[in-house]
Order: sequence, then structure tokens, then C-alpha cells
Amino acid sequence: MDIFLQQVINGLVQGSIYALVALGYTMVYGIIELVNFAHGEVVMVGALVSLSVIERLVSRGYTGWPLIVISVLVAIPTCIALGLGIERVAYRPLRRAPRLAPLISAIGVSIALQQIAALIWGRNYLHYPDILPKTQYLIGGAVISQVQVVILLSAAVLMAALWVLVQRTRLGRAMRATAQNPAVAGLMGVDVNRIIATTFVVGSALAAVAGTLIGAYYQVGNHTMGFLLGLKAFTAAVLGGIGSLGGAMAGGLLLGVIENLGAGYMGKLTDGAVGSNYSDVFAFLMLVLVLIFRPSGLLGERGVEKV
Amino acid sequence: MSALLEVSGLEVHYGGIQAVKGIDLRVNQGELVTLIGANGAGKTSTLKALAGLLRPAAGQIRFAGQSLVGMPVHQLIRNGLALVPEGRGVFPRLTVAENLMMGAYVRRDADGIIADLERMYGLFERLHERREQKAGTLSGGEQQMLAIGRALMGRPRMLLLDEPSMGLAPLMVQKIIGVIRQVANEGMTVLLVEQNARLALQAAERAYVMEGGRISFEDTAQACLNDPRVRAAYLGE
Repeated sequence: MDIFLQQVINGLVQGSIYALVALGYTMVYGIIELVNFAHGEVVMVGALVSLSVIERLVSRGYTGWPLIVISVLVAIPTCIALGLGIERVAYRPLRRAPRLAPLISAIGVSIALQQIAALIWGRNYLHYPDILPKTQYLIGGAVISQVQVVILLSAAVLMAALWVLVQRTRLGRAMRATAQNPAVAGLMGVDVNRIIATTFVVGSALAAVAGTLIGAYYQVGNHTMGFLLGLKAFTAAVLGGIGSLGGAMAGGLLLGVIENLGAGYMGKLTDGAVGSNYSDVFAFLMLVLVLIFRPSGLLGERGVEKV
Repeated sequence: MSALLEVSGLEVHYGGIQAVKGIDLRVNQGELVTLIGANGAGKTSTLKALAGLLRPAAGQIRFAGQSLVGMPVHQLIRNGLALVPEGRGVFPRLTVAENLMMGAYVRRDADGIIADLERMYGLFERLHERREQKAGTLSGGEQQMLAIGRALMGRPRMLLLDEPSMGLAPLMVQKIIGVIRQVANEGMTVLLVEQNARLALQAAERAYVMEGGRISFEDTAQACLNDPRVRAAYLGE
């Protein structure tokens, strides 16, 4: 088996999930310069809501991909409502406050959501029922599962759709204009509050899909799963250049690949002293290196395309 | 003549001081009127109150018979009022064409928008040459043209211009003033707020002179140019 290729494939799969979550961070940052620390928890809620849907329907005989589709169709509106609620309650009243205030508010929302999730779903790890086919495909000495293929494809389709939305539509143009100069966008007739809310809607919908895919992939979840995932996705956004859509996509994929290559070779490199369970170290080592050598991120130059 | 914009008894507080202390001002349909005055006279505060960016402490602002007080900013252009902000405010990372399209954000008539886009390219050749360039790469004068063109794309009934000559080379200033005149000649109602009094008075039909938050003088632009007080205070003579 080709370990290198295998780790790259695993990395791209994991990375495309990071990218979907990172887009939520970067879009909100691009438009209101706020790091929405509660975004990871929105992903967690998406994952657990879809798990609940799956559990309920599995007992009635549903199975396979249609069940995932149904669960994501429930998770998306739930996460959108949650994202809109967070923006309205925790961020909008602080729009003109010093920058630290909304940041603290974001952390507060994050903790609150974790605890609410613990009340609803309990504190134990929840396991997803086996509903998906275990089909695997061989490519060039490596193995890719059907679940992985679906994750890669759905992430690619969503990112392409987002790109078209932002670059080619009237709404996307208004979003970019608002990110660059909200006061003037208002003079053009853009309802800035609605554009900001729309950004949360898009980010939360992506988070719902990411949550569902994570559940389908790892088949385990609990109320704290959003924390590390959120931190990694935020790292990916910073890695690519926060505020940049292309940066979030590239940063997510890159982070996933680096992490998996690190995990794959860590044992060999250290002669077994340190194992693959240290793979998280790579993510944050990358963050530190990028912040030292290229603080604006890989794609984040002065001319970034913010949204 | 009918007043398109009518301001009465306007008072505006800004940063703890009373920047505008009760002014009356009217702009008739089709007129090019200028509001001049030194830095800190209250011109920008007046304009911000008109645009809904500052809430007046007292007074009335009526545009086309409707009160503008308390109207959200994004409703202004829908009611026919376009403001070209101080410092142009182009979207630097949108292309010239995208900036112009943002001006037409509230419109839904695709054919009309395309026709107006061509009209703007006719009016401003430089913008046509640079239509695919990011607006941030344009010179100050080109950005000012873009800002005016963008405002016109919304098909406003009235144009408010805040210091369009600021920071521009003399030659470019002449060009911008020429454009403003041309737009006014085509029937647009314009309120031009300027620090460069000589320039504004040469372009406008009527003028208000603002001083310490009050209108100290109002007359035809020609009369202002000939008035010894205005000449001494604002034309450096």
C-alpha cells in the first residue's frame, strides 16, 4: 500500500471538511471583522441534529445515503436558525462596541451552546448507526471509501457554488461591496444588516453540511466536538489568509493533508517515540509558522477578495 | 419653481458639539446649488444628516414631499437621492464595471442598466478603458469619476456631492466640475458641497455660505462671486 498517497487522500477528505467550516469563519470575518468563535458549535449542532434524525429514522427501516440526505435537510435549517439567532442576539447589539466585546460574546455563546447540547444529547460520546455501504475503491495503491468520495464531491460542489454566488451574482457583489465599505454599500441601497445576516445563513448552512459529513465519516460525536474542529478550521482560514474565500478553501485542504502526512510519518520519524495521536501538533505548528513568516496568510495579500 | 429638497430649522449635534445650529436650505427641481464654507463650518454634518448618517436634533428635511428624518440609509436611493461621499468611497477590490453595477443595485431593469452602463462609459472614456481593472488601482480623479458615474447608475432624482475636488490635481478638478455641469445641464438636480468656493461658485446657479453652523449668506452664485464679504472670506482677496 502506498502510504504517501493514502495519507494525501485522507488529508484531502479531512481538509475539505475543514475548508467548509473555514469558509464560515472567513466570510463572517471578511464582512464584520469578527472571529465567530461559536461557529464550531454550529457544526457540532449540525452533526448531532443529523444524528438524532438518523437514529429516529433508522428504527423505521430507512438506511443508506437517502437517510444522510434527509438528515442534512433537517440540519441545514436548524443551523441557519441558530446562526441567525447568534448574530442577532450576541453580535448585532455589539456592532459598534470595542472589538473585544463581540469576541467575548462569541466565546460565551460557544460555551452556552456546548452546555445546551450536553443537556439535549448528554455528555457521552454518541455513536452513529452503520447505515452507509462500506464500498472501497482502489486507486494507485491506495484505498478510498465511498464515504470519502461523497465528502470530496459534496465539498467541491458546495465550494464551486459558493464561488459562483460570491463572484457572479448581484447578491455576491453586494456582499463583497459590504465587506469593503459598509457605509457606502448602504448608500447604494444595500441593507447592510441583511447582507450580514445572509453571510451567517451561508456559513451556517455550510456548517450543517460539514457536521453531517463529519458524523457520517467518523461515526462518533458529542457536545464538545465543535471545539477542536472549530479551532482547526479557524487555523485553516488564517493559514489561507483570513477574509479570503480561496484562502479558506486552500488552507483547509492544505491543513488536512499536512496533518495526515504528519500522522502517517510521525512514528517513523521519531522511531516510535511519538505516534500519530500527535497529529494535532502539526496543525498548530503550521499556524505558528505561518503567523511568523507570512502573517497575512498564504493567499492573504493586501489585495484579498474579502467576503 | 418647486423645491425638491427642503431643509428647515435643521440642528445637528456631532461629537458633543452643535455642528449645525438651525439652517434653512432649499434646492429646486433641476437646479445646481452649492453649499460652501470653511473646514468645520458644518457642511459635512449637514450632508450626513441629509443622508441619514446623523440624526438631526431638530428640524425638518423633506425630499420630494417626503420626510427623510429617520429614514434608513439604504432607502435613500430608492427614494431618488444619491450621495457621492467625501473621499469617493469606491469599492477598491471590485472592478470599475462592478462598482458601476453596484450603483444600479436597487434597479431591476436589466436592459436599462446595460444602456446606462454604456452611457457612463460614453461620459467617462477612462472608465471604459479601465472597466475590468480594480477600482483601487485608479487615480484619485478617475475614482471621483467612478463615484459620480456609480451614483448616476441608480437613476437618482438628485445628486449630493461631498467635496468632489478634494485631493485632486487642478486639471482634474476642472474636468470633474465640467462633468458636474454637464450632468446638471441634462436636467439633474445637484447639491454641491465644496470647500473650493471659487470653483463651486463658478459652476453653480445658487449658493449658500455656511459659517459656524449657520447659513451666513445666500444668493445667486454670480452675486456671491461679486460680494465683497464672500470675496474676502472665501476667495482669498
